[in-house]
Amino acid sequence: MGLKIIVLAKQVPDTRNVGKDAMKADGTVNRAALPAIFNPEDLNALEQALRLKDKYKGTTVTILSMGPGRAADIIREGLYRGADKGYLLTDRAFAGSDTLATSYAISRAILKLEKADIIIAGRQAIDGDTAQVGPQVAEKLGMPQITYAEEIISAEKNKIVVKRRLERGVETVESPLPAVITVNSSAPACRPRNAKLLMKYKHAKTITESQNASEDYINLTADRPFLIIPEMSVNDIDADAKWLGLTGSPTKVKKIENIVFQAKEAKRLTAADDEINDLMKELIANHTIG
Amino acid sequence: MNNVFVICEIDEGKVADVSLELLTKGRSLADRLNCKLEAVALGHDLKGMEKELFQYGADVVHVGDDKRLSPYTTLPHTAVITGLFSEEKPQIALLGATTFGRDLGPRVSSALQSGLTADCTSLEIGDHEDKKAGKTYKDLLYQIRPAFGGNIVATIINPDCRPQMATVREGVMKKEIFDKNHKGKLNILDVNKYLKPEDLVVKVVERHMEKSKVNIKNSSIIVSGGYGMGSKENFDMLYELADVIGAEVGASRAAVDAGFAEHDRQIGQTGVTVRPKLYIACGISGQIQHVAGMEDSSMIIAVNNDPNAPINKIADYVITGDVSEIIPKMIKYYKQNTK
Repeated sequence: MGLKIIVLAKQVPDTRNVGKDAMKADGTVNRAALPAIFNPEDLNALEQALRLKDKYKGTTVTILSMGPGRAADIIREGLYRGADKGYLLTDRAFAGSDTLATSYAISRAILKLEKADIIIAGRQAIDGDTAQVGPQVAEKLGMPQITYAEEIISAEKNKIVVKRRLERGVETVESPLPAVITVNSSAPACRPRNAKLLMKYKHAKTITESQNASEDYINLTADRPFLIIPEMSVNDIDADAKWLGLTGSPTKVKKIENIVFQAKEAKRLTAADDEINDLMKELIANHTIG
Repeated sequence: MNNVFVICEIDEGKVADVSLELLTKGRSLADRLNCKLEAVALGHDLKGMEKELFQYGADVVHVGDDKRLSPYTTLPHTAVITGLFSEEKPQIALLGATTFGRDLGPRVSSALQSGLTADCTSLEIGDHEDKKAGKTYKDLLYQIRPAFGGNIVATIINPDCRPQMATVREGVMKKEIFDKNHKGKLNILDVNKYLKPEDLVVKVVERHMEKSKVNIKNSSIIVSGGYGMGSKENFDMLYELADVIGAEVGASRAAVDAGFAEHDRQIGQTGVTVRPKLYIACGISGQIQHVAGMEDSSMIIAVNNDPNAPINKIADYVITGDVSEIIPKMIKYYKQNTK
C-alpha cells in the first residue's frame, strides 16, 4: 500500500535575484520584472515526497498550489519532475489573504482531495519568509506538525520518522500519520526534470488555459485526461467566506515603505569617516543591519 | 487580563537570550500601555527559573513544570498556551523567531484565530484609523518587518483579533535587567488541566545539540575576509564586526589556506554557497571561484585597497582603502548609533 502525499507549493517572485529593472523610478517594486519561480523550499519538499514515492510502491504525489492562473506553471514543473497530479486553487475571493486566511483555504481544499497520509510543504516562501502556513494548515486539519525537516527517514505502519535541523543541532522525531511536514533548504535539492515526463506533460493545462485552445487540443485531452490540471474555486471547497481573503485575515498592512534599491552601478566610497558613517547610517535605516 | 505576554524558550535548563530580550521590550510596551508584563515558561525542572524572569521585568510568571513539556514538542505546548491565553486574554504575545517560536507561534495563532507577524525588526504602539469602517483603534501594536526579500518594510497591525502576536529574531531587541530586586507573582500551572492524550503523540527519539556551530549558510549577514586581510590578527577584526552587527564570518579559499580561518567558513566553489541579505567582502579580490559562492547575495559591499579588484564589478558599494582602518570605523559607528 502506497502513501498519498500532497505537496503544497507556491509560485513566488524571485526576490533573490533582484536586477536593475526590478525597482521602478519611484522606488516601488516592479513585480512584473521579477521572474516567477517555484518557491525554493517547496522544491526541497517535493524532493522529499518523490523519495518516498521511490521507496514505497504505489505512492502518489499530488501538488496543490494556491495562486493566480499563471501558477499553473509550477504545477507543470512539478509534473515534469515526477509528481502525479496537480490542483490549482484559484479565486479572486482569496485576494489579500494573510497566512491564516491562506491556511484556511488550503486546509479546506485538502479536505476535498483524496485523503492524504502526509502533507509536505517548504518551510517558508521567499516573498514573505513567515514559515506560518505549514503549521497553520496542520492546526486547521488537527494534524501533528514537524517543521524544519531535513530528511524524512521513513513513513511506515502509520508512523513517520523525521530528522529536523535546529539552530544548534539535529533532532529525530516520530509522529503518527497523517501529519504535516515542512522542509528546510538544508534538505537535498530537487531532482531535475525528467525528459519523458516533460514530453508527457508538456501540454498539461488548466481548464482556464485550455479555453482558448483549438479543437485539436480538446480532442487530445479526451484521450489523455492526465493533461488536465483541475482548478478549484471557493465554490469547490465548502469554505466560509468570512474566513477568506481580506475579511478572513486578522493582520492588516498599515503601511509599506520601499527600500530604494541600488542598481548594480557600484557606489564608490573612500575610507573617510563621513563616508563610512553615511553608509552605516543607510544600512541601519533600511534594516539591512540592526 | 489584557496584559503583555512573553512566551519564553527554555534551552537546556536556561531561559534563551531572545526571551530575555523580549521581556525587556515587553516591559517598555507594558509601561506604555499601562498594563502588566507576564511571562510563560514551560518545561521540566524549572524550579527557581522565575527569579531571572522577574529581574527582567515580569510582573507575573506562569510556570508549567512537567516531564511531558520537555524536550519541546508542538502539541503539548500549544495546548497549555492556548488554554492559558483563553483564560488570561493577553492583548500582546511575543515569541523569539527561533525554530521554537516559529513552530509554536503559528500553531497557537491558528488555534486562537489571531494574527501573527513573523520576524519583526521593530515593535511600537500607535493608533489606527479605519476610514472605510469609520472606526478608530487606540494603542495597537505596530509590527514592523522587512518583506519581499528585504526590498520593502511593512507595518502590520491586528485591529480586531487578540492577542496581537509577533516573533522577533535573537539579537534584534536589547536585553537589559529591569531591576535586580523586582519581584512578581508566581503562578504554577496545573498542566493536567490543559493536556489531552492526543497532544502527546509526537515523540523526540534522538537529539544532538552541538555547541555553537559555524552556520554561515543560514546567516542573513556575512562578513567575509580574504588574503588581503594580511594576517590572522587582522582577520580576527572581522569577528568583532560580525559580533556587533549580528553576522557570521566567512572566508575565501586563500584566507583559509593562509590559516586565517577554519575550513568550514570557506565560501565559494569548493566551500559553501551563500546568498545572504548583506555580504561584506573584506580584502577579497574576487576570484571567480569565490564569486560563484556569493554572487547571489542581495547586497554586496567590497572593502579593498585595489580600486580595480574584480569583486568591485559585482558590488553595490565599493570602499577603496585600508581594511584595518575601515572595519573599526564601521564598528564604532554601529555601536554609537543603535539600541
